[in-house]
Amino acid sequence: MIARSNRIALLAVPGLAFLAIIYALPLFLLLFKSIQGAEGLTLASYIDFFGDEFNRTVLWRTLRVALLTTLLALVIAYPTAFAMARAKGIWLTVFLVALVLPMSLGVIVKAFAWSILFRSNGFINTTLQAIGITDEPVRMLFTETALVIGAANVFLPFMVLPIYSVIRQLNKSLPEAASSLGATPWFRFTRVTLPLSLPGVVAGSAFTFSLAISMYVIPSLIVGERQQTLSMLIARSFLYLRNEPLGSTISAVLLAIAIFVVLFSSWLAGRLGARQ
Amino acid sequence: MTQTDRITIFFAWTIGIICIIFLMLPIIITVATSFTSSAVYTLPPPEWSLRWYRSLDRRSGLWEAVQLSLNLALISTAISIVLGTMAAIAVARGEFRGKQAIATFTVSPLMMPGLVVGVAMLQFFREIGLRDAYWSLLLAHVVITLPFVMRTLLASMGAFDFSLIDAARTLGMSYPRAILKVLIPNLAPAYLTGGLFAFLASMDNYPISIFLTDARNKTLPIKMLQYLEEQPDPSLAAMSSGLIVMAIVVLVVASRTVGLNKMIDT
Repeated sequence: MIARSNRIALLAVPGLAFLAIIYALPLFLLLFKSIQGAEGLTLASYIDFFGDEFNRTVLWRTLRVALLTTLLALVIAYPTAFAMARAKGIWLTVFLVALVLPMSLGVIVKAFAWSILFRSNGFINTTLQAIGITDEPVRMLFTETALVIGAANVFLPFMVLPIYSVIRQLNKSLPEAASSLGATPWFRFTRVTLPLSLPGVVAGSAFTFSLAISMYVIPSLIVGERQQTLSMLIARSFLYLRNEPLGSTISAVLLAIAIFVVLFSSWLAGRLGARQ
Repeated sequence: MTQTDRITIFFAWTIGIICIIFLMLPIIITVATSFTSSAVYTLPPPEWSLRWYRSLDRRSGLWEAVQLSLNLALISTAISIVLGTMAAIAVARGEFRGKQAIATFTVSPLMMPGLVVGVAMLQFFREIGLRDAYWSLLLAHVVITLPFVMRTLLASMGAFDFSLIDAARTLGMSYPRAILKVLIPNLAPAYLTGGLFAFLASMDNYPISIFLTDARNKTLPIKMLQYLEEQPDPSLAAMSSGLIVMAIVVLVVASRTVGLNKMIDT
Protein backbone atom coordinates (compact mmCIF):
# COMPACT_ATOMS: atom_id res chain seq x y z
CA MET A 1 0.00 0.00 0.00
CA ILE A 2 2.87 2.35 0.79
CA ALA A 3 4.10 2.00 -2.77
CA ARG A 4 0.71 3.07 -4.05
CA SER A 5 0.45 6.09 -1.79
CA ASN A 6 3.85 7.13 -3.07
CA ARG A 7 2.61 6.79 -6.61
CA ILE A 8 -0.43 8.86 -5.67
CA ALA A 9 1.89 11.57 -4.37
CA LEU A 10 3.23 11.86 -7.92
CA LEU A 11 -0.16 13.22 -9.00
CA ALA A 12 0.83 16.53 -7.39
CA VAL A 13 3.80 16.89 -9.71
CA PRO A 14 2.17 18.47 -12.82
CA GLY A 15 0.35 21.18 -10.85
CA LEU A 16 3.33 21.93 -8.63
CA ALA A 17 5.74 21.98 -11.55
CA PHE A 18 3.45 24.33 -13.42
CA LEU A 19 3.21 26.77 -10.50
CA ALA A 20 6.93 26.50 -9.80
CA ILE A 21 7.87 27.45 -13.37
CA ILE A 22 5.16 29.93 -14.34
CA TYR A 23 4.59 31.57 -10.95
CA ALA A 24 7.34 30.99 -8.34
CA LEU A 25 10.35 31.16 -10.66
CA PRO A 26 9.39 34.54 -12.23
CA LEU A 27 8.81 36.01 -8.77
CA PHE A 28 12.13 34.67 -7.57
CA LEU A 29 13.92 36.11 -10.61
CA LEU A 30 12.26 39.47 -9.97
CA LEU A 31 13.50 39.47 -6.37
CA PHE A 32 16.94 38.36 -7.49
CA LYS A 33 17.22 41.04 -10.17
CA SER A 34 16.34 43.74 -7.68
CA ILE A 35 19.49 42.97 -5.65
CA GLN A 36 21.72 42.37 -8.65
CA GLY A 37 24.14 45.21 -9.31
CA ALA A 38 26.83 45.79 -11.93
CA GLU A 39 29.32 43.99 -9.74
CA GLY A 40 27.82 41.44 -7.43
CA LEU A 41 24.84 41.69 -5.14
CA THR A 42 23.80 45.07 -3.83
CA LEU A 43 21.01 46.68 -1.87
CA ALA A 44 21.63 50.02 -3.61
CA SER A 45 18.22 50.18 -5.28
CA TYR A 46 16.51 49.65 -1.92
CA ILE A 47 18.66 52.29 -0.25
CA ASP A 48 17.68 54.69 -3.05
CA PHE A 49 14.03 53.73 -2.73
CA PHE A 50 13.77 54.13 1.02
CA GLY A 51 15.97 57.24 0.95
CA ASP A 52 13.38 59.12 -1.06
CA GLU A 53 10.80 60.77 1.14
CA PHE A 54 8.09 60.55 -1.53
CA ASN A 55 8.48 56.76 -1.65
CA ARG A 56 8.30 56.50 2.13
CA THR A 57 5.08 58.53 2.10
CA VAL A 58 3.60 56.23 -0.54
CA LEU A 59 4.65 53.10 1.37
CA TRP A 60 3.16 54.45 4.58
CA ARG A 61 -0.06 55.47 2.81
CA THR A 62 -0.39 52.03 1.22
CA LEU A 63 -0.02 50.30 4.59
CA ARG A 64 -2.36 52.76 6.34
CA VAL A 65 -5.10 52.42 3.69
CA ALA A 66 -4.82 48.62 3.78
CA LEU A 67 -5.01 48.57 7.58
CA LEU A 68 -8.01 50.93 7.73
CA THR A 69 -9.75 48.94 4.98
CA THR A 70 -9.20 45.71 6.91
CA LEU A 71 -10.46 47.28 10.15
CA LEU A 72 -13.58 48.76 8.51
CA ALA A 73 -14.35 45.44 6.81
CA LEU A 74 -13.84 43.58 10.11
CA VAL A 75 -16.10 45.95 12.08
CA ILE A 76 -18.91 45.40 9.57
CA ALA A 77 -18.20 41.72 8.93
CA TYR A 78 -18.04 40.39 12.49
CA PRO A 79 -21.57 41.36 13.61
CA THR A 80 -22.85 40.44 10.15
CA ALA A 81 -21.35 36.95 10.35
CA PHE A 82 -22.86 36.69 13.84
CA ALA A 83 -26.33 37.62 12.54
CA MET A 84 -25.92 35.31 9.53
CA ALA A 85 -25.11 32.35 11.75
CA ARG A 86 -28.49 32.87 13.45
CA ALA A 87 -30.39 33.60 10.24
CA LYS A 88 -32.70 31.04 8.67
CA GLY A 89 -34.72 30.63 5.50
CA ILE A 90 -35.21 33.73 3.38
CA TRP A 91 -32.91 35.90 5.52
CA LEU A 92 -30.01 33.52 5.08
CA THR A 93 -30.63 33.56 1.32
CA VAL A 94 -30.66 37.37 1.34
CA PHE A 95 -27.32 37.44 3.16
CA LEU A 96 -25.74 34.88 0.84
CA VAL A 97 -26.99 36.60 -2.31
CA ALA A 98 -25.70 39.96 -1.03
CA LEU A 99 -22.28 38.37 -0.53
CA VAL A 100 -22.03 36.39 -3.74
CA LEU A 101 -23.86 38.54 -6.31
CA PRO A 102 -21.50 41.57 -6.08
CA MET A 103 -18.62 39.25 -7.02
CA SER A 104 -20.16 38.93 -10.47
CA LEU A 105 -19.90 42.70 -10.93
CA GLY A 106 -16.29 43.30 -11.89
CA VAL A 107 -14.09 45.36 -9.61
CA ILE A 108 -13.80 48.05 -12.29
CA VAL A 109 -17.54 48.61 -12.44
CA LYS A 110 -17.82 48.49 -8.65
CA ALA A 111 -15.08 51.06 -8.14
CA PHE A 112 -16.59 53.24 -10.84
CA ALA A 113 -20.02 53.03 -9.18
CA TRP A 114 -18.41 54.32 -5.97
CA SER A 115 -16.73 57.15 -7.82
CA ILE A 116 -20.17 58.21 -9.13
CA LEU A 117 -21.55 58.18 -5.59
CA PHE A 118 -18.67 60.20 -4.18
CA ARG A 119 -18.72 62.97 -6.81
CA SER A 120 -19.38 66.48 -5.55
CA ASN A 121 -22.62 66.49 -7.54
CA GLY A 122 -23.13 62.83 -6.75
CA PHE A 123 -25.84 61.01 -4.88
CA ILE A 124 -24.34 61.25 -1.38
CA ASN A 125 -23.72 64.97 -1.63
CA THR A 126 -27.16 65.72 -3.07
CA THR A 127 -28.73 63.73 -0.25
CA LEU A 128 -26.63 65.42 2.43
CA GLN A 129 -27.62 68.82 1.07
CA ALA A 130 -31.27 67.89 0.68
CA ILE A 131 -31.62 66.85 4.31
CA GLY A 132 -29.69 69.92 5.38
CA ILE A 133 -26.60 68.30 6.91
CA THR A 134 -24.36 70.44 4.74
CA ASP A 135 -24.85 73.50 2.55
CA GLU A 136 -21.95 72.98 0.24
CA PRO A 137 -20.83 69.77 -1.43
CA VAL A 138 -18.35 67.85 0.68
CA ARG A 139 -15.23 66.80 -1.19
CA MET A 140 -15.23 63.03 -1.06
CA LEU A 141 -13.86 61.72 -4.34
CA PHE A 142 -10.04 61.70 -4.36
CA THR A 143 -9.89 61.33 -0.56
CA GLU A 144 -8.43 58.49 1.42
CA THR A 145 -11.75 58.01 3.24
CA ALA A 146 -13.51 57.38 -0.06
CA LEU A 147 -10.82 54.89 -1.02
CA VAL A 148 -11.14 52.98 2.27
CA ILE A 149 -14.94 52.82 1.96
CA GLY A 150 -14.80 51.65 -1.65
CA ALA A 151 -12.10 49.07 -0.96
CA ALA A 152 -13.87 47.72 2.13
CA ASN A 153 -17.00 47.35 0.01
CA VAL A 154 -15.20 45.31 -2.64
CA PHE A 155 -13.34 43.06 -0.16
CA LEU A 156 -16.13 42.66 2.41
CA PRO A 157 -17.31 39.22 1.20
CA PHE A 158 -13.80 37.84 1.75
CA MET A 159 -13.97 38.99 5.36
CA VAL A 160 -17.54 37.87 6.12
CA LEU A 161 -17.34 34.37 4.63
CA PRO A 162 -14.45 32.92 6.69
CA ILE A 163 -15.82 34.40 9.93
CA TYR A 164 -19.31 33.13 9.12
CA SER A 165 -18.12 29.61 8.43
CA VAL A 166 -16.26 29.50 11.76
CA ILE A 167 -19.08 31.00 13.85
CA ARG A 168 -21.62 28.71 12.20
CA GLN A 169 -19.67 25.62 13.16
CA LEU A 170 -19.15 26.91 16.66
CA ASN A 171 -21.09 24.67 18.97
CA LYS A 172 -24.09 26.71 20.08
CA SER A 173 -24.24 24.95 23.42
CA LEU A 174 -20.81 26.26 24.45
CA PRO A 175 -21.83 29.85 25.20
CA GLU A 176 -25.04 28.49 26.75
CA ALA A 177 -23.07 26.17 28.99
CA ALA A 178 -20.90 29.09 30.04
CA SER A 179 -24.05 31.06 30.72
CA SER A 180 -25.64 28.33 32.86
CA LEU A 181 -22.44 28.23 34.88
CA GLY A 182 -23.06 31.86 35.71
CA ALA A 183 -20.78 33.59 33.21
CA THR A 184 -21.76 37.16 32.38
CA PRO A 185 -22.51 37.90 28.71
CA TRP A 186 -19.27 39.91 28.42
CA PHE A 187 -17.26 37.06 29.92
CA ARG A 188 -18.98 34.59 27.58
CA PHE A 189 -18.15 36.70 24.55
CA THR A 190 -14.51 37.44 25.42
CA ARG A 191 -13.68 33.98 26.77
CA VAL A 192 -15.79 31.66 24.63
CA THR A 193 -17.21 33.08 21.39
CA LEU A 194 -14.40 35.46 20.45
CA PRO A 195 -11.44 33.06 20.92
CA LEU A 196 -13.26 30.30 19.02
CA SER A 197 -14.02 32.62 16.12
CA LEU A 198 -10.47 34.00 15.91
CA PRO A 199 -9.28 31.59 13.16
CA GLY A 200 -11.97 33.03 10.88
CA VAL A 201 -10.97 36.57 11.83
CA VAL A 202 -7.30 35.84 11.09
CA ALA A 203 -8.09 34.21 7.73
CA GLY A 204 -10.42 37.00 6.64
CA SER A 205 -8.14 39.82 7.83
CA ALA A 206 -5.02 38.36 6.21
CA PHE A 207 -6.83 37.93 2.93
CA THR A 208 -8.41 41.39 3.01
CA PHE A 209 -5.14 43.05 4.00
CA SER A 210 -3.16 41.38 1.23
CA LEU A 211 -5.81 42.33 -1.33
CA ALA A 212 -5.84 45.89 0.00
CA ILE A 213 -2.07 46.51 -0.08
CA SER A 214 -1.91 45.41 -3.70
CA MET A 215 -5.14 46.87 -5.10
CA TYR A 216 -4.69 48.91 -8.25
CA VAL A 217 -8.01 49.39 -10.03
CA ILE A 218 -9.87 50.75 -6.99
CA PRO A 219 -7.41 53.57 -6.11
CA SER A 220 -6.90 54.54 -9.74
CA LEU A 221 -10.66 55.07 -10.15
CA ILE A 222 -11.40 56.58 -6.72
CA VAL A 223 -8.32 58.67 -5.86
CA GLY A 224 -6.50 58.84 -9.18
CA GLU A 225 -2.96 60.12 -9.49
CA ARG A 226 -3.24 62.53 -6.57
CA GLN A 227 -2.52 59.98 -3.89
CA GLN A 228 -0.27 57.25 -5.17
CA THR A 229 -0.07 53.77 -3.66
CA LEU A 230 2.71 51.23 -4.19
CA SER A 231 0.71 49.45 -6.90
CA MET A 232 0.12 52.69 -8.76
CA LEU A 233 3.84 53.49 -8.58
CA ILE A 234 4.61 50.06 -10.04
CA ALA A 235 2.14 50.51 -12.89
CA ARG A 236 3.44 54.01 -13.55
CA SER A 237 7.09 52.96 -13.65
CA PHE A 238 6.44 50.07 -16.02
CA LEU A 239 3.60 51.26 -18.23
CA TYR A 240 4.30 55.00 -18.50
CA LEU A 241 7.82 55.84 -17.34
CA ARG A 242 9.35 52.63 -18.73
CA ASN A 243 11.67 52.67 -15.75
CA GLU A 244 12.06 48.93 -15.18
CA PRO A 245 14.68 48.95 -12.40
CA LEU A 246 12.56 51.30 -10.28
CA GLY A 247 9.42 49.26 -10.99
CA SER A 248 11.22 46.03 -10.05
CA THR A 249 12.41 47.49 -6.76
CA ILE A 250 8.92 48.67 -5.75
CA SER A 251 7.52 45.30 -6.88
CA ALA A 252 10.02 43.52 -4.66
CA VAL A 253 9.04 45.70 -1.67
CA LEU A 254 5.35 44.99 -2.20
CA LEU A 255 6.07 41.30 -2.75
CA ALA A 256 8.06 41.13 0.49
CA ILE A 257 5.11 42.62 2.41
CA ALA A 258 2.70 40.15 0.78
CA ILE A 259 4.92 37.15 1.55
CA PHE A 260 5.27 38.34 5.13
CA VAL A 261 1.47 38.56 5.48
CA VAL A 262 1.02 35.02 4.08
CA LEU A 263 3.68 33.52 6.37
CA PHE A 264 2.60 35.48 9.45
CA SER A 265 -1.08 34.63 9.04
CA SER A 266 -0.41 30.95 8.45
CA TRP A 267 1.85 30.90 11.52
CA LEU A 268 -0.88 32.63 13.54
CA ALA A 269 -3.54 30.25 12.23
CA GLY A 270 -1.31 27.31 13.17
CA ARG A 271 -0.87 28.64 16.71
CA LEU A 272 -4.60 29.26 17.13
CA GLY A 273 -5.28 25.75 15.86
CA ALA A 274 -2.76 24.24 18.26
CA ARG A 275 -4.25 26.07 21.24
CA GLN A 276 -7.69 24.58 20.71
CA MET B 1 -32.15 35.00 27.11
CA THR B 2 -31.01 38.01 29.05
CA GLN B 3 -31.45 41.67 28.24
CA THR B 4 -27.81 41.93 27.12
CA ASP B 5 -28.28 39.00 24.74
CA ARG B 6 -31.23 40.71 23.12
CA ILE B 7 -29.28 43.94 22.72
CA THR B 8 -26.33 42.04 21.20
CA ILE B 9 -28.52 40.20 18.73
CA PHE B 10 -30.37 43.39 17.81
CA PHE B 11 -27.04 45.13 17.25
CA ALA B 12 -25.72 42.27 15.09
CA TRP B 13 -28.87 42.31 12.95
CA THR B 14 -28.71 46.08 12.51
CA ILE B 15 -25.13 45.91 11.25
CA GLY B 16 -26.04 42.86 9.15
CA ILE B 17 -28.81 44.75 7.35
CA ILE B 18 -26.57 47.79 6.85
CA CYS B 19 -23.99 45.37 5.42
CA ILE B 20 -26.52 43.96 2.92
CA ILE B 21 -27.42 47.46 1.72
CA PHE B 22 -23.74 48.43 1.56
CA LEU B 23 -22.89 45.35 -0.52
CA MET B 24 -25.80 45.84 -2.91
CA LEU B 25 -25.17 49.56 -3.41
CA PRO B 26 -22.76 49.30 -6.40
CA ILE B 27 -25.18 46.93 -8.15
CA ILE B 28 -28.11 49.28 -7.60
CA ILE B 29 -26.08 52.26 -8.86
CA THR B 30 -24.93 50.37 -11.94
CA VAL B 31 -28.38 49.14 -12.90
CA ALA B 32 -29.97 52.55 -12.20
CA THR B 33 -27.46 54.47 -14.31
CA SER B 34 -27.74 52.01 -17.19
CA PHE B 35 -31.31 53.16 -17.89
CA THR B 36 -30.49 56.84 -18.09
CA SER B 37 -31.15 58.98 -21.14
CA SER B 38 -28.22 61.23 -20.29
CA ALA B 39 -24.79 60.82 -21.85
CA VAL B 40 -23.07 61.16 -18.48
CA TYR B 41 -23.50 59.24 -15.25
CA THR B 42 -26.08 61.10 -13.16
CA LEU B 43 -28.18 59.88 -10.30
CA PRO B 44 -31.10 59.79 -10.34
CA PRO B 45 -31.35 59.68 -14.15
CA PRO B 46 -33.15 62.70 -15.66
CA GLU B 47 -35.18 60.39 -17.88
CA TRP B 48 -35.31 56.64 -18.37
CA SER B 49 -34.16 55.20 -21.64
CA LEU B 50 -32.76 52.08 -23.26
CA ARG B 51 -30.35 53.93 -25.53
CA TRP B 52 -27.20 52.59 -23.85
CA TYR B 53 -28.38 49.03 -24.28
CA ARG B 54 -28.93 49.74 -27.98
CA SER B 55 -25.52 51.38 -28.25
CA LEU B 56 -23.75 48.23 -27.07
CA ASP B 57 -23.44 46.53 -30.44
CA ARG B 58 -21.82 49.61 -31.94
CA ARG B 59 -18.99 49.48 -29.45
CA SER B 60 -15.95 48.46 -31.42
CA GLY B 61 -13.76 45.82 -29.88
CA LEU B 62 -16.10 45.11 -27.00
CA TRP B 63 -17.35 41.76 -28.25
CA GLU B 64 -13.84 40.67 -29.16
CA ALA B 65 -12.82 41.46 -25.59
CA VAL B 66 -15.80 39.53 -24.19
CA GLN B 67 -14.92 36.56 -26.39
CA LEU B 68 -11.26 36.60 -25.39
CA SER B 69 -12.13 36.84 -21.69
CA LEU B 70 -14.68 34.02 -21.91
CA ASN B 71 -12.19 31.89 -23.84
CA LEU B 72 -9.41 32.47 -21.29
CA ALA B 73 -11.71 31.95 -18.30
CA LEU B 74 -13.19 28.69 -19.63
CA ILE B 75 -9.93 27.10 -20.80
CA SER B 76 -7.87 28.17 -17.78
CA THR B 77 -10.57 26.96 -15.36
CA ALA B 78 -10.70 23.60 -17.16
CA ILE B 79 -6.91 23.21 -16.99
CA SER B 80 -6.96 24.21 -13.31
CA ILE B 81 -9.64 21.64 -12.55
CA VAL B 82 -7.49 18.87 -14.06
CA LEU B 83 -4.25 19.98 -12.37
CA GLY B 84 -6.09 20.81 -9.13
CA THR B 85 -7.89 17.45 -8.93
CA MET B 86 -4.61 15.56 -9.32
CA ALA B 87 -2.77 17.68 -6.77
CA ALA B 88 -5.63 17.59 -4.26
CA ILE B 89 -5.85 13.76 -4.50
CA ALA B 90 -2.10 13.60 -3.89
CA VAL B 91 -2.40 15.79 -0.79
CA ALA B 92 -5.43 13.89 0.52
CA ARG B 93 -4.13 10.35 -0.14
CA GLY B 94 -0.38 10.43 -0.64
CA GLU B 95 2.06 9.72 2.16
CA PHE B 96 4.77 12.35 2.16
CA ARG B 97 5.96 15.32 4.17
CA GLY B 98 5.13 18.94 3.56
CA LYS B 99 1.44 18.60 2.70
CA GLN B 100 0.68 21.83 4.54
CA ALA B 101 3.42 23.58 2.57
CA ILE B 102 1.93 22.34 -0.71
CA ALA B 103 -1.50 23.57 0.31
CA THR B 104 -0.11 27.01 1.27
CA PHE B 105 1.93 27.23 -1.93
CA THR B 106 -0.87 26.31 -4.32
CA VAL B 107 -3.31 28.74 -2.70
CA SER B 108 -0.73 31.54 -2.29
CA PRO B 109 -1.22 33.24 -5.71
CA LEU B 110 -4.52 34.50 -4.27
CA MET B 111 -2.63 36.69 -1.83
CA MET B 112 0.21 37.87 -4.05
CA PRO B 113 0.03 41.37 -5.54
CA GLY B 114 -1.39 40.99 -9.05
CA LEU B 115 0.73 43.71 -10.64
CA VAL B 116 3.92 42.15 -9.28
CA VAL B 117 2.97 38.70 -10.55
CA GLY B 118 2.16 40.29 -13.92
CA VAL B 119 5.49 42.11 -14.10
CA ALA B 120 7.42 39.03 -13.07
CA MET B 121 5.66 36.91 -15.70
CA LEU B 122 6.21 39.55 -18.39
CA GLN B 123 9.94 39.60 -17.72
CA PHE B 124 10.12 35.81 -17.51
CA PHE B 125 8.16 35.20 -20.73
CA ARG B 126 10.35 37.72 -22.53
CA GLU B 127 13.45 35.94 -21.30
CA ILE B 128 12.32 32.50 -22.47
CA GLY B 129 11.19 34.00 -25.79
CA LEU B 130 7.43 33.56 -25.38
CA ARG B 131 6.04 36.53 -27.28
CA ASP B 132 2.55 35.35 -28.08
CA ALA B 133 0.03 37.37 -26.06
CA TYR B 134 -2.69 34.71 -26.08
CA TRP B 135 -0.44 31.95 -24.73
CA SER B 136 1.06 34.28 -22.12
CA LEU B 137 -2.41 35.26 -20.97
CA LEU B 138 -3.58 31.65 -20.86
CA LEU B 139 -0.61 30.51 -18.73
CA ALA B 140 -1.14 33.49 -16.41
CA HIS B 141 -4.86 32.78 -16.08
CA VAL B 142 -4.17 29.19 -15.03
CA VAL B 143 -2.13 30.69 -12.17
CA ILE B 144 -5.10 32.97 -11.37
CA THR B 145 -7.70 30.18 -11.40
CA LEU B 146 -5.77 27.28 -9.83
CA PRO B 147 -5.81 28.63 -6.22
CA PHE B 148 -9.62 28.92 -6.22
CA VAL B 149 -9.99 25.34 -7.44
CA MET B 150 -7.32 24.08 -5.03
CA ARG B 151 -8.86 25.81 -2.03
CA THR B 152 -12.28 24.18 -2.42
CA LEU B 153 -10.92 20.81 -3.55
CA LEU B 154 -8.44 20.52 -0.67
CA ALA B 155 -11.22 21.24 1.83
CA SER B 156 -13.74 18.86 0.31
CA MET B 157 -11.30 16.00 -0.35
CA GLY B 158 -10.17 16.22 3.25
CA ALA B 159 -13.72 15.21 4.18
CA PHE B 160 -14.23 12.67 1.39
CA ASP B 161 -14.38 8.99 2.28
CA PHE B 162 -11.75 7.46 0.01
CA SER B 163 -12.80 3.91 0.90
CA LEU B 164 -15.49 4.47 -1.76
CA ILE B 165 -12.69 4.58 -4.33
CA ASP B 166 -11.18 1.40 -2.93
CA ALA B 167 -14.61 -0.24 -3.14
CA ALA B 168 -14.98 0.82 -6.77
CA ARG B 169 -11.55 -0.62 -7.50
CA THR B 170 -12.43 -3.90 -5.83
CA LEU B 171 -15.42 -4.02 -8.16
CA GLY B 172 -13.01 -3.85 -11.09
CA MET B 173 -12.76 -0.17 -11.98
CA SER B 174 -9.40 1.27 -12.87
CA TYR B 175 -8.10 4.07 -10.63
CA PRO B 176 -8.70 6.92 -13.12
CA ARG B 177 -12.15 5.54 -13.88
CA ALA B 178 -12.98 5.31 -10.17
CA ILE B 179 -11.95 8.96 -9.77
CA LEU B 180 -14.10 9.96 -12.72
CA LYS B 181 -17.17 7.89 -11.77
CA VAL B 182 -17.10 8.08 -7.97
CA LEU B 183 -15.00 10.94 -6.65
CA ILE B 184 -15.95 13.73 -9.05
CA PRO B 185 -19.75 13.19 -8.91
CA ASN B 186 -19.53 13.07 -5.11
CA LEU B 187 -17.63 16.32 -4.98
CA ALA B 188 -19.80 18.07 -7.58
CA PRO B 189 -20.64 20.98 -5.20
CA ALA B 190 -16.95 21.69 -4.63
CA TYR B 191 -16.25 21.57 -8.35
CA LEU B 192 -19.12 23.92 -9.09
CA THR B 193 -18.09 26.41 -6.40
CA GLY B 194 -14.37 26.33 -7.06
CA GLY B 195 -14.95 26.45 -10.79
CA LEU B 196 -17.37 29.36 -10.52
CA PHE B 197 -15.08 31.50 -8.36
CA ALA B 198 -12.10 30.64 -10.57
CA PHE B 199 -14.08 31.62 -13.66
CA LEU B 200 -15.13 34.95 -12.11
CA ALA B 201 -11.58 35.72 -10.95
CA SER B 202 -10.28 35.13 -14.46
CA MET B 203 -13.02 37.24 -16.06
CA ASP B 204 -12.32 40.07 -13.63
CA ASN B 205 -8.52 40.05 -13.61
CA TYR B 206 -6.91 43.34 -14.57
CA PRO B 207 -3.52 43.67 -12.83
CA ILE B 208 -1.88 40.53 -14.23
CA SER B 209 -3.42 40.71 -17.70
CA ILE B 210 -2.44 44.36 -18.29
CA PHE B 211 1.22 43.38 -18.63
CA LEU B 212 0.59 40.50 -21.01
CA THR B 213 -1.85 41.94 -23.55
CA ASP B 214 -1.01 43.39 -26.91
CA ALA B 215 -3.04 45.57 -29.27
CA ARG B 216 -4.98 42.62 -30.66
CA ASN B 217 -5.54 40.67 -27.46
CA LYS B 218 -7.34 42.86 -24.93
CA THR B 219 -9.36 41.22 -22.19
CA LEU B 220 -12.70 42.62 -21.05
CA PRO B 221 -11.49 44.43 -17.89
CA ILE B 222 -8.70 46.11 -19.86
CA LYS B 223 -11.13 47.22 -22.56
CA MET B 224 -13.56 48.45 -19.91
CA LEU B 225 -11.00 50.58 -18.07
CA GLN B 226 -9.84 51.96 -21.40
CA TYR B 227 -13.43 52.97 -22.25
CA LEU B 228 -13.87 54.58 -18.85
CA GLU B 229 -10.80 56.70 -19.48
CA GLU B 230 -11.62 57.59 -23.08
CA GLN B 231 -15.38 58.04 -23.21
CA PRO B 232 -17.17 57.31 -19.94
CA ASP B 233 -20.75 56.94 -21.17
CA PRO B 234 -23.32 54.65 -19.52
CA SER B 235 -22.98 51.85 -22.08
CA LEU B 236 -20.62 50.10 -19.65
CA ALA B 237 -23.34 50.21 -17.02
CA ALA B 238 -25.68 48.64 -19.55
CA MET B 239 -23.24 45.85 -20.28
CA SER B 240 -22.59 45.25 -16.57
CA SER B 241 -26.33 45.06 -15.94
CA GLY B 242 -26.45 42.33 -18.57
CA LEU B 243 -23.68 40.48 -16.73
CA ILE B 244 -25.60 40.87 -13.44
CA VAL B 245 -28.67 39.25 -15.00
CA MET B 246 -26.47 36.37 -16.18
CA ALA B 247 -25.00 36.04 -12.68
CA ILE B 248 -28.49 35.91 -11.18
CA VAL B 249 -29.42 33.07 -13.55
CA VAL B 250 -26.23 31.18 -12.57
CA LEU B 251 -26.95 31.78 -8.86
CA VAL B 252 -30.52 30.50 -9.16
CA VAL B 253 -29.32 27.36 -10.95
CA ALA B 254 -26.51 26.88 -8.43
CA SER B 255 -28.80 27.32 -5.44
CA ARG B 256 -31.27 24.81 -6.88
CA THR B 257 -28.60 22.20 -7.58
CA VAL B 258 -26.08 22.73 -4.80
CA GLY B 259 -27.59 25.16 -2.30
CA LEU B 260 -26.09 28.59 -1.70
CA ASN B 261 -24.92 27.77 1.79
CA LYS B 262 -22.99 24.74 0.59
CA MET B 263 -21.45 26.82 -2.15
CA ILE B 264 -19.76 29.32 0.12
CA ASP B 265 -18.92 26.78 2.78
CA THR B 266 -15.91 25.24 1.10
